[in-house]
Amino acid sequence: MTRYSMLIDVDKCSACYNCFLACKDEHCGRDSMPIAKPQPENGHAWMNIINQERGRYPKVKVATTPVSCMHCDDAPCIAKAKDGAVYQRDDGIVIIDPEKAKNQRELVDACPYGVIFWNAAENIPQKCTMCAHLLDTGWKEPRCVEACPTGALVFGDIEDHTSEISKLMAQSELEDYQPEKGCKAAVKYIGLPKKFIAGTVCFADNDECVENAAVEVTAKNYHNRVVTNGFGDFEFEGLADNCEYEVTIRYNGYVTQSRKITTERDVYIGTVFLVKK
Amino acid sequence: MGQKVTTMMTGGGPVRVCVEDGVIRRVYPLVLDDTDAKEWTINARGYSFSPPRKTTVSPVVLTERQRIYSESRVKYPMVREDFDPNGARNPEKRGKSGYRRVSWDEALTLVAGEIKRVQDTYGKEALTGIVSSHHTWGLIHYKMSSFKRFFNMIGYTQIFDNPDSWEGFHWGATHIYSYFWRLGCPEAYDLLEDALKHTEMIVHWSNDPDTIRGGYSGQESSIWRVWMKKLGIKMVYIDPFCNFTAVKDAEKWIAPRPGTDAALAEAIAYVWLTEGTYDKDFIARKAHGFETWAKHILGESDGTAKTPQWAAELTGVEASTIKALAREWARKNTMLACGGRGGFAGAGRTAFGHDWARLMISLVAMQGLGKPGGNFWGAQMGVPSNFDFKFPGYSDPYSNINSPQLADHEMINPVKQKMYRNWFPDCILNPPFSWLGEGFCGKSLEQQFIPYTYPMEGCSEVKMFYRYGGSFMGTMAETNDWIRAYQSSKLECIVNQSIWWDPETKMADIVLPACTNFERNDISEWCNAGGYAKDGFCGNNYRVIMYQHKCIEPVGESKSDYDIFSLLSERLGYGEAYTEGRTEEEWIKRLYDLSDMPNVMSYEEFKARGYYIVPVPASEEYKATPAFRWYYEDRPCDTPDASPAKKDPATADKLGTFTGKLEFVSESLKQFTPDDDERAPMAKYIHSWEGHKSELYAKYPLHLISPHPRFGYHTQYDHSDSDWLSEIPEHRVVKDDGNAYLVARLHPETAKDRGINEGDIIKLFNDRGVVLCVARLTERTPKFVIHAYCSSGRYVPLEPGSPTSPDKGGCVNILTSKRAMSKNVAGFAPNSCLIDVAKWEGK
Repeated sequence: MTRYSMLIDVDKCSACYNCFLACKDEHCGRDSMPIAKPQPENGHAWMNIINQERGRYPKVKVATTPVSCMHCDDAPCIAKAKDGAVYQRDDGIVIIDPEKAKNQRELVDACPYGVIFWNAAENIPQKCTMCAHLLDTGWKEPRCVEACPTGALVFGDIEDHTSEISKLMAQSELEDYQPEKGCKAAVKYIGLPKKFIAGTVCFADNDECVENAAVEVTAKNYHNRVVTNGFGDFEFEGLADNCEYEVTIRYNGYVTQSRKITTERDVYIGTVFLVKK
Repeated sequence: MGQKVTTMMTGGGPVRVCVEDGVIRRVYPLVLDDTDAKEWTINARGYSFSPPRKTTVSPVVLTERQRIYSESRVKYPMVREDFDPNGARNPEKRGKSGYRRVSWDEALTLVAGEIKRVQDTYGKEALTGIVSSHHTWGLIHYKMSSFKRFFNMIGYTQIFDNPDSWEGFHWGATHIYSYFWRLGCPEAYDLLEDALKHTEMIVHWSNDPDTIRGGYSGQESSIWRVWMKKLGIKMVYIDPFCNFTAVKDAEKWIAPRPGTDAALAEAIAYVWLTEGTYDKDFIARKAHGFETWAKHILGESDGTAKTPQWAAELTGVEASTIKALAREWARKNTMLACGGRGGFAGAGRTAFGHDWARLMISLVAMQGLGKPGGNFWGAQMGVPSNFDFKFPGYSDPYSNINSPQLADHEMINPVKQKMYRNWFPDCILNPPFSWLGEGFCGKSLEQQFIPYTYPMEGCSEVKMFYRYGGSFMGTMAETNDWIRAYQSSKLECIVNQSIWWDPETKMADIVLPACTNFERNDISEWCNAGGYAKDGFCGNNYRVIMYQHKCIEPVGESKSDYDIFSLLSERLGYGEAYTEGRTEEEWIKRLYDLSDMPNVMSYEEFKARGYYIVPVPASEEYKATPAFRWYYEDRPCDTPDASPAKKDPATADKLGTFTGKLEFVSESLKQFTPDDDERAPMAKYIHSWEGHKSELYAKYPLHLISPHPRFGYHTQYDHSDSDWLSEIPEHRVVKDDGNAYLVARLHPETAKDRGINEGDIIKLFNDRGVVLCVARLTERTPKFVIHAYCSSGRYVPLEPGSPTSPDKGGCVNILTSKRAMSKNVAGFAPNSCLIDVAKWEGK
């Protein structure tokens, strides 16, 4: 049996917003009944991108995470809905019935991911349909996935082990978006933003970056080691939130330096100057 | 339900269009099928890379449906309510007054009558007209086609375009490595394969590939960056803004103070010279005047060594970082990517940006221009492609309805008088106005030095202005002057032929509604500009030639540009001289016949299928000719480039400079402007005339940089507050007054010093004007930089019609200086702009 899902590779997302806009083009002011009534021209984001600036000048990254309906197996919206107004199809897609869901504003707050929107004109809650109306007429993927230029969004049948999504899922470390919500989300992620610690190492006695300084980072149950690059920079990516790490910088003939850092946020420690022993 | 699916080409990629009952249902990317030509494959470092079997579009293209049916469409011919051609014209009311709807008959009579009156009274030169930089796509209706034929036929004062996107390369690079036939930008043949095979590092200098998109290439290069990341190619970004590509893949971001990039370049050369880490053999073979230039860098000629410490003081980049950059660059196979297509970069749009461009080429030259993996590549072009298949780009000779190949009779403009776009207001308000150069100087270096004065001796000043849509308020410099010019009584009549109520449309006396490319038939190729941008389609993973099917009837009473000009021609008494009796369809067929299309697909099949993918030879048969490899290897040029030097076997292995070499001391500048100390024969850093060493800095201590926009295409697709694009938080933010304010980015400490919080409405200001934006506090700019994209499509003056009014549309070019790049250079320099910012307390 067909079971649809989406795999989102955050590292591949360039935040071009093609997914966001393709969704608007498909749904704003355009009916796809019985799957969905028209989306209002403005204000809904059935496919959205969450921008998260990381680090500080001059070490900055922006994590951009596409977020849409997770099409949960334990969907709180289904549990909350009256008269079966939200249902999961056999192919896994969770649909809000536009007729039955009338006046059920509480469904907006039922979703822990905040991806259900209120349509005041129609008096209905609305969300991503995975473009079921297109899939049902032979389209291979939803509009957002089709418009994605990098393969950051992959859609397919996870019951078909030859499908691209199945193959990718088999070889990837899959994550849930906000796993603490515990809704058995069908949509899976790769590379959700964690925390980084980065810094630059220079010699104190001249204007030179230190290449090949040994930098270690340790925490409870964690240890990693890199060397600085030609710019004297080092970076540890993928660290845990709110964890205390110790960073140690060693270079032959120079005094070893270490810092204790808590990853409440991404941390660029700035330039560390090494002093001769 | 009546449903049809057709094909359409846009400035941001090809699409399919689903139409239901005469209304557009959806617009979506072209996905290829098994009957289309096979994709290419590049084998590099143990991997095989092929593009997906689909085309990509720029994000803006996915809003086509919305902008076609936008409330801001001009639906009917309109006349300003207080414009009376037989009485008071009230030019000072332009921009303030409303409009009354008129019939096409009345509008055409009025426009034709005014053209005739003005030309009969003052001479043909009293009429002028200009189109915006980017028109809707399609060769028959394009600005160089229907507009040009009409105005050449009736005669008009042509307004030279300035190469506003790549000024520095146009006016500077041409004097060190030539490529004037590409307006200063380099060839890029087969450099994607070269990079994937051999490159270890790319230095993006003022380059944001994910935003610039090769100009017209949609998101085609996005997937290349995924591949390059997989191969571990290091990315360095040099840009005062940590741009949208940099935040994703920069190993190192370096943020020089705007306008000091040339100093940074000189310091890199200093490191290479003093450490001996440059390609001495290549320089010995290929450079002219290198020793003289080296003395300048080392301080032997002017007493100032261009050391990293010297540059650190100017640029704000640590000397240690400059040295590290120079050393990394020298020891790795490095591509220099200084802007889309090689030169479309903000640093080239600063005071003396021509010398930054020359220094960029100097640096590539020092590492061996054209060696495997080390080249000059904007990282947005250079896929394996089929360069033999003939189909014209919009500036190619046989691409337009005024070309002698396509028309029976080519129309030649009898008027010799010229104006210059960036200084149009000065020409109107303070003539005479003089300048050097023809704007786009693609025929020869000499064109850069032709002196012009407006009005030309014996000619009338301009009395009538025929504008074609668009918004120079958002793209030219110091643009409150445009309001002053528009309200001048010297302009007796202003016509605007436009699709939308663009900012300048609201300044016209008579408005003619034009339709979009979705409302007419046409023919074209994706990203094929031709001419000066020959083979630009190699920025696309597929060559796509398209029959552009009319999807819907024109909205309201709008008409195609060709139809409007045909009707005006009749009224003006030219009969069928304009159309030659041909319909739109007959012109399309004629163009098809002149191309190679008939060899591969019948006209009927082409129309039915809608597109053709030009096949690329299989990888084992494909013969790559990487850009500049011929030069590096002392061979005659073997790329498809149209270098004039290629025509003579004696010069075929040389560059197009006077010496055929890389001229570190420019012989062309020595000949044309020997005494110019601003664009001197030898490139050098000079303090910006509006920068941290200028007097104005005490009053306005922040640099405004305004690069090409990410969520607009010049002013296009940025029409109204309710646009989907206005919901993208990196573009605009809708505030309580319903206005979608443009995002201006500033460092949190800069904001804190001024009491500004995230999301506040702030004013960006200097003596030239006030623009209201929404504050985005970010670590992506240094403290001394404000970043706000140029090319706002909206101009919303708080006091309509006032040239001193604050604007809440986001036209930050109101703040930029119109001053010429340097004294003999007619380029503009909007990224040399000082401002301050403050919380907006007004209403």
